[in-house]
Amino acid sequence: MYKLLLSWRYLRTRYIALASIISVTLGVATLIVVNSVMAGFTKEMHNRLHSILSDIVLESHSLDGFADPQWHMEQIRQVCGDDIAGMTPVIHVPALLRIPFRGDFHTRQINLIGVDKTTYAEVSDFSQYLLHPENQSRVSFLLRESGYAPGRKDFPPSGWEHRRMQAMYEKALEEQRHEIAAAAKSDASLATNNRPPADPYAAGVPKDPYSGSGESELAGTIFDPATEQNTGVILGIATCSIRGRDADGEVRDFYLCRPGDDVQVYFPNAGSSPKPVSCSLTVVDLYESKMSEYDASFAFMPIEKLQELRGMFDPLTNTTYVTSIQMKLKPGADLNAVRDKLRAAFPADQYPYRIETWRDLQGPLLAAVQMETTILNILLFLIIAVAGFGILATFFMIVVEKTRDIGILKALGAPSRGVMSIFLSYGVSLGAVGSGVGLVLGLLFVTNINDIAGWLEWITGHEVFDPTVYYFQEIPTSIQPTMVVGVMVGSVLVAVLASVLPALRAARLHPVAALRYE
Amino acid sequence: MDNFYGLATRTSAAKQSAAGPHVTFPENAPAPSRAAKQEVLLAAHGVEKSYRKGKHVVPVLLGVDFEIADGEFVAIVGQSGSGKSTLLHLLGTLDAPDSGEIHFEGGRIDNLPTSSRDLLRNQYFGMIFQFYHLLPELSALENVLIPNMIADGTFRYWRNRRQYRERAEHLLELVGLSHRLKHKPRELSGGEMQRAAIARALIAEPQVLLADEPTGNLDSKTGEEIMEILRTLNADQNLTIVMVTHDAAIASQADRIVRLAEGRVQAA
Repeated sequence: MYKLLLSWRYLRTRYIALASIISVTLGVATLIVVNSVMAGFTKEMHNRLHSILSDIVLESHSLDGFADPQWHMEQIRQVCGDDIAGMTPVIHVPALLRIPFRGDFHTRQINLIGVDKTTYAEVSDFSQYLLHPENQSRVSFLLRESGYAPGRKDFPPSGWEHRRMQAMYEKALEEQRHEIAAAAKSDASLATNNRPPADPYAAGVPKDPYSGSGESELAGTIFDPATEQNTGVILGIATCSIRGRDADGEVRDFYLCRPGDDVQVYFPNAGSSPKPVSCSLTVVDLYESKMSEYDASFAFMPIEKLQELRGMFDPLTNTTYVTSIQMKLKPGADLNAVRDKLRAAFPADQYPYRIETWRDLQGPLLAAVQMETTILNILLFLIIAVAGFGILATFFMIVVEKTRDIGILKALGAPSRGVMSIFLSYGVSLGAVGSGVGLVLGLLFVTNINDIAGWLEWITGHEVFDPTVYYFQEIPTSIQPTMVVGVMVGSVLVAVLASVLPALRAARLHPVAALRYE
Repeated sequence: MDNFYGLATRTSAAKQSAAGPHVTFPENAPAPSRAAKQEVLLAAHGVEKSYRKGKHVVPVLLGVDFEIADGEFVAIVGQSGSGKSTLLHLLGTLDAPDSGEIHFEGGRIDNLPTSSRDLLRNQYFGMIFQFYHLLPELSALENVLIPNMIADGTFRYWRNRRQYRERAEHLLELVGLSHRLKHKPRELSGGEMQRAAIARALIAEPQVLLADEPTGNLDSKTGEEIMEILRTLNADQNLTIVMVTHDAAIASQADRIVRLAEGRVQAA
């Protein structure tokens, strides 16, 4: 009882000791903030990577892919059908994207993905990253009338609305060009009036006798951009937009093309001597996963069209080719176990396939983030350890100051253990107070981190969190109870360890020497 | 020996319940059985003690022999540095003699294990000091209660806290401090602090009160008041008191004077 009473009194009367644990408080607060932000980033990244990549991928080493995905899916279902929630055949092919813009072509390197629009949305969260709300519930490669990205104010008008306007504009431009050419021609003919007749062909090349009838016949089949579209393509938002700041410093996206525009895509066809194939596609939606790596490289188009264009279809046997099969597992299924089963079913010496989980695919990235978190934790824990030495010094001072009281307690029959536990419980309570305040501060900071960032921005004039860099609008955070408990336990432990030596010293004091101490 | 080990198992709570509705002094008469026996309560046999100061060994006690009877009020006097405080510390098991023995109730106590000596100091010896030695963070009442807190675990103390508190308040009333219960030592005068220290020494109902220059830091009037309390305790409660002092006038109030010089007890 006297131990509790005395350590409580010491806690309340020794403010110097409270000063020595401010560093514990700060260390705990920083650890909680850093871990929460890192965990927030990691969690957000995991979610996005996972939702984009699906659970397990069976991938061909070759760009030409493998034949008969139906047979493969049947095999997979036999091996581990209980764990599979969905499967979809996919074609990945590197491609060049050419976006016509103000008479120029902007060329981008992309990863063209042929997807089956019904099953692909089942294995990954692909559809929820699309801009049009109807595409989010049901993916379609047909252009929508309008209503893209309803939440965004600066998103330009898109869809058929935009396409018709564009076609009208193009047509008007064409007519104007004709008029200008005609006017130039008439000017030229006026000018030549005063000259001697020269060129016998000045009036024009004699008319092609077959051209007249051909024009009227073609009129029905000619491609009319105002009413027709090419095969649809869904572009990653960063392939066709530029994020930057306007004159006022506001972050804005500038779109090179938008749903309704036509773009050109080049990619190699399959076969022993690949040749580039080009086609015109109509952008029907944009894809924004907020993972810049994917947003800047992905483009999705219907798998059937891609198979046709690349020659990955054998008309004689009706066999199709794909480059990979993506699988989604049922909740609770063991990712690695399923992968290992599949690896056993498709041994590498027979099948040239790579079978990997999404974690394997993003292993280096996840490991890097993990590494960063670990190092930060070590560094920040060193702060608390330094605080431990502060506590050690302060405690030695307090023990010296309390030498006589220790003598009194011993003279009154207090055992050495009891004297020791006064100072140990003092250390524990100091550590608890310090880390408790740190916990409250840290949690307050984390929950209000975006307000604080905004406030700092306002004070310093510098942007703390730049959304053009991170593709996050806000700083993501995630407070994990185990982390919080670990930090608290660790810091209290440091305080206890720092008070062990002074407490031992107090316990060892000889009562007579302590009573004589002046 | 056996009676001490029997005693060692007693606790303050047990003692109190045995004592019944307590504190008899000053109204009640002294217990006659104790006074009648006049048996030896505390004794030193050939006690030697020396201190080390750097390389030099400074001998303080060179074979002290004396006995204190139950219910006696003994004053130990001597020059400063004659070893009287050291002797008192040895009697109170705060320190161990280099050679010789200390006996309490017939049993040897200087070689007991630490925990038994802690118990002895807590339950059977009351101590008061020249510099009062109250804990500055605690109020007068809490200071008085400290021996009880040391004796009992937290839970047990909590259960008995009313009883202890009543007794502590009663003791403080007896020493004339009932108006200073909540005061911290720094708010008390020297005499008041010594009264609180006496109350603290009495809370565990000790058999011996060891007083180390109890009036040494007080003016003569206050010192006289403290001596009055001690004398009353000795007379009414039959409490054995061993007091160290260098003041002849104070010493003369005791039943017997033991003179210490050159490390030995001198003939009176």
